[in-house]
Amino acid sequence: MSGEPAQASTETGMPRHQRLILGALVAALIVLPYILYPVFLMKVLCFALFACAFNLLIGYVGLLSFGHALFFGWAAYVSAHSAKVWGWPPEFAILGGAAMALVLGLVVGALAIRRQGIYFAMITLALAQMAFFFALQAPFTGGEDGLQRVPRGTMFGFLDLRNDYVLYYVVAAIFLASFLLIYRIVHSPFGQVLKAIRENEPRAISLGYRVDHYKLAAFTMSATLAGLAGATKAIVFQLASLTDVHWSMSGEVVLMTLVGGLGTVFGPMIGAAVIVSMQNYLAELGQWVTVVQGVIFVVCVLAFRRGIVGEIAAKIKKPL
Amino acid sequence: MPDIFGIPPQALFGQLLLGLINGAFYALLSLGLAVIFGLLNIINFTHGAQYMMGAFVAWMLLNWLGVGYWWALLIVPVTVGLTGILIERTMLHRLYKLDHLYGLLLTFGIALIIQGLFRNQFGSSGLPYGIPAQLRGGTDLGFMFMPNYRGWVVVVSLVVCLATWFVIEKTKLGSYLRAATENPALVQSFGINVPRMITLTYGFGVALAAFTGVLAAPIYQVSPLMGADLIIIVFAVVVIGGMGSIMGSILTGFGLGIIEGLTKVFYPEASSTVIFVIMVIVLLIKPAGLFGRAR
Repeated sequence: MSGEPAQASTETGMPRHQRLILGALVAALIVLPYILYPVFLMKVLCFALFACAFNLLIGYVGLLSFGHALFFGWAAYVSAHSAKVWGWPPEFAILGGAAMALVLGLVVGALAIRRQGIYFAMITLALAQMAFFFALQAPFTGGEDGLQRVPRGTMFGFLDLRNDYVLYYVVAAIFLASFLLIYRIVHSPFGQVLKAIRENEPRAISLGYRVDHYKLAAFTMSATLAGLAGATKAIVFQLASLTDVHWSMSGEVVLMTLVGGLGTVFGPMIGAAVIVSMQNYLAELGQWVTVVQGVIFVVCVLAFRRGIVGEIAAKIKKPL
Repeated sequence: MPDIFGIPPQALFGQLLLGLINGAFYALLSLGLAVIFGLLNIINFTHGAQYMMGAFVAWMLLNWLGVGYWWALLIVPVTVGLTGILIERTMLHRLYKLDHLYGLLLTFGIALIIQGLFRNQFGSSGLPYGIPAQLRGGTDLGFMFMPNYRGWVVVVSLVVCLATWFVIEKTKLGSYLRAATENPALVQSFGINVPRMITLTYGFGVALAAFTGVLAAPIYQVSPLMGADLIIIVFAVVVIGGMGSIMGSILTGFGLGIIEGLTKVFYPEASSTVIFVIMVIVLLIKPAGLFGRAR
């Protein structure tokens, strides 16, 4: 899936307009908790990270994974379990969750990259469903109830995460660091190869790149960062449940990325903010939220394929 | 009768029959997906929702209009198939020139809408649909007792599967279809209306899903979520079978249903994951699927 505007050269670092936006983003991250409810913002940030991680795969390698809830959800279980049952401090619980996602990403990726396109999507979806059934049956996931009342704990021994504001800035820092990491990955020589694979895989092969290695590496990175998002979410909401591993969660992250703009740097976080706000403020509509989401999906695919940020980028003719 | 592998034969054959029935549904649904995929190159994510619509329209016909099972078998595929044609004409046909992934995303969105609407209308709990009077009761086969309706389902789905296979592989219409899959422009230049053929093919695939839904209504609860989880298993069946051949999806569908049934007897804990485990093994050995061509 292409449709991304021409990339600025990588050697000069971040283009000026992107640096300005990034500065505004950092300022907004600092100020926002005093304007909006911090727990809501943390939810947005966790899903924004999830969507950015997902976009690393679809936006830059052209691989549509329909099973990313697997990494999100299982990382949430691992970090919730290690914090609650083993009493790990939150920093290790979160890292443990991300490590779990890394391992799962390697395994699922190795299987899924053997096929392309729609098959790839179906395989990731099916494997995620298998992981869902494991979560349903395994003794330590709490089955239908999930893992509740996970302690937030004290990070590095001095950051008391029971305070919403402290926790918010920790989550914001995790998000920002991951976002910059993804930006770095995408704009590195490695990222250029990924884009070459997206545009023309046979040509990338004939240039001598070991395409499968690149794809697997990108898949694992994406899975690990998705896991980081899930693990953080488990600590923030003190909960890991079946919702996190269900395939509708995989669909939601696709929707967020699509709404924001596939293959744009800032799109996924905007998409996540839009979808999470919608779920929050339309909650009284109940089941209608699903219908509204479906309609947004259809409209995006039919008329609005570049997404919010992609449309703006096309209008101002600069990569965003 | 002596036990077979330590399992009472009644239980074994009972589970085998259940597996065969599930297999019949897998085969019919993956067949519909394969037909649609063949010509449109789109994975119809709405397939599960259309199967669910089939069951619900049958339920509505019975409870709102008093129209029974036998008429439903005819009316439901036609009406739901028409909604499929509407979807193809108004939305899907705009996407053929784009990456196939957009077709998957679009049909996913449509599935969300349909499921949400039905859940609003009927709630999440299931509704019962009675077995038609002519097929109640059962037959003693000597080694087991078989409910008539279940036998009927297996026979009908076999007939429908083989008829579809025959039409596509052995008739002139089928050869047009297969030719259009290979080279639509060339077939069009022979004066065959390929866009109309594509529309009707999608309608037929959807009608197959709806027909399956009517068959399933008396066995399972009619519920808005009945298609959602089933469709992912069918995707796994499709990956295992390889989407390349019609016969492949029929054989894989039935075969996997039976394997799942046997797993329920010998190792029940794995019964919900066995198909996915098989998928992993097949992918390791033969990435294109058992009957598939490498793409």
